[in-house]
Amino acid sequence: MAQTYFSKDHEWIVVDGTTATVGITDYAQAQLGDIVFAEVPPAGTALEKGKEAAVVESVKAASDVYAPVTGTVTEANAALETDPALVNTSPEQDGWFFKLTLADPSELDGLMDDAAYRAFVESL
Amino acid sequence: MTDAPAQTDGVADDDVIDEGPAALPLDAWHEAKGARMVAFAGYRMPIQYEGIMPEHQWVRAHAGLFDVSHMGQLLLSADEGFEGLDDAIEALVPADVKSLALGKMRYSLLLAENGGILDDLMLSRWPGGIYMVVNGATKYDDLAHLREHLPDEITINHLDDRALLALQGPEAFAALSRHVTGEWPLDVLGFMSGGRFEIAGVDAFITRSGYTGEDGFEISIPAEAAEAVADALCGEPEVKPIGLGARDSLRLEADLPLYGHDLDEETTPVAAGLGFALSKRRREEGGFPGYDRIMAEREQGAPLKRVGLIVEGRQPVREGATVAGGGRVTSGGFSPTLQKPIAMAYVPVASAVPGTRITLEQRGKSFTGVVTAMPFVPHRYHRKGA
Repeated sequence: MAQTYFSKDHEWIVVDGTTATVGITDYAQAQLGDIVFAEVPPAGTALEKGKEAAVVESVKAASDVYAPVTGTVTEANAALETDPALVNTSPEQDGWFFKLTLADPSELDGLMDDAAYRAFVESL
Repeated sequence: MTDAPAQTDGVADDDVIDEGPAALPLDAWHEAKGARMVAFAGYRMPIQYEGIMPEHQWVRAHAGLFDVSHMGQLLLSADEGFEGLDDAIEALVPADVKSLALGKMRYSLLLAENGGILDDLMLSRWPGGIYMVVNGATKYDDLAHLREHLPDEITINHLDDRALLALQGPEAFAALSRHVTGEWPLDVLGFMSGGRFEIAGVDAFITRSGYTGEDGFEISIPAEAAEAVADALCGEPEVKPIGLGARDSLRLEADLPLYGHDLDEETTPVAAGLGFALSKRRREEGGFPGYDRIMAEREQGAPLKRVGLIVEGRQPVREGATVAGGGRVTSGGFSPTLQKPIAMAYVPVASAVPGTRITLEQRGKSFTGVVTAMPFVPHRYHRKGA
């Protein structure tokens, strides 16, 4: 069964076995404002936990999205190329960024569950 | 915070505590309206309320209220019997100040000896002298420069007890006219003119001007009246409060440079494409700082010139990106009106021709910008008797 984790950089990651889907949270999209461009890593990209994985741009500024875990990208969300606003309208569903194969599932231990992430956002 | 040194005085303590940005008269009002506040030019300012994109589009379609109280409002007045006010100001700026009639307003530049731009500003003739609106981040440097260079017979009054609000957009006139009374109706004002009116029971100096490319007004009022005026205007169905974020995207679409980004002390009026600020009489007579260099550049061109770029693709190119062959992007973002990335950049003068394709580099990635005549979005000023 799929489980959802969250990072302190406001990414979510839904894990099913060794496959994971990554995006940014509703809190993150609200902070960024209207997203006008998203650059997601193509399939085959090796990502390292904590390193830059994607770029989102609002009217005002560019922001990096970091890889919450180490792994290899299996699919990028092609819909973001034509409709980057999906990140605003559906951040935790249709606005996903990429899917990857986990290199080290133990990295998930350092992430938050839903309740912990909500408490973290409350504290900001 | 124990063991305070015995000699600490209260002023020093306050300085330590007040290190952060200062609050402007509408600080609490912005918070109550749901603004996200940021530090800008030494003040806490609203960057956005509901979002830059909807705020931007609201101003192009209706009217938006901007708090620009961080800007410096100065009144330069001459001692009784002193006739040299206009001459003294003309020694520092390339504008024709002498021909500025009562109630008229002109864009100008405070120039350095080398012809670089110390600030860009607005000059208006008030009954009591020349009223100047200067940038918030440069106002104290401007004051020092003016005090150093103007004769003692001129009093420089920093009107820091006044707030400045801008109401901008095609419906600004309709909304403002319901609240304004005065000797004349508001519609006597054409673009770049101003006068004294009353709004929400207080004296206001209102000019028909702004920083969005739309018809609109700037309203100078006593600081203590700012909340009442802001409430009165935002009570109109056409008006919403607008943050600095949309102010930046609006002015970028309208070809209005931002000091400290598109203009600086190394940039001349010719390089910046602000030749219109060099009035004919002043070009002929001279007598402003940097005259020789500026006139030579008018003849031969400056090495780099400010242009507008439409960037291909969807990714914005921001300030700091480099121009292949020399030059740099000084402002860039996504145009909500055009739904494309746009930028202002300094490029080699040979490339400063509409249609030229320019290669830009940002964070190791190449982009193509096409030189485009500015403004990106046509101005809709209310010009009278043109």
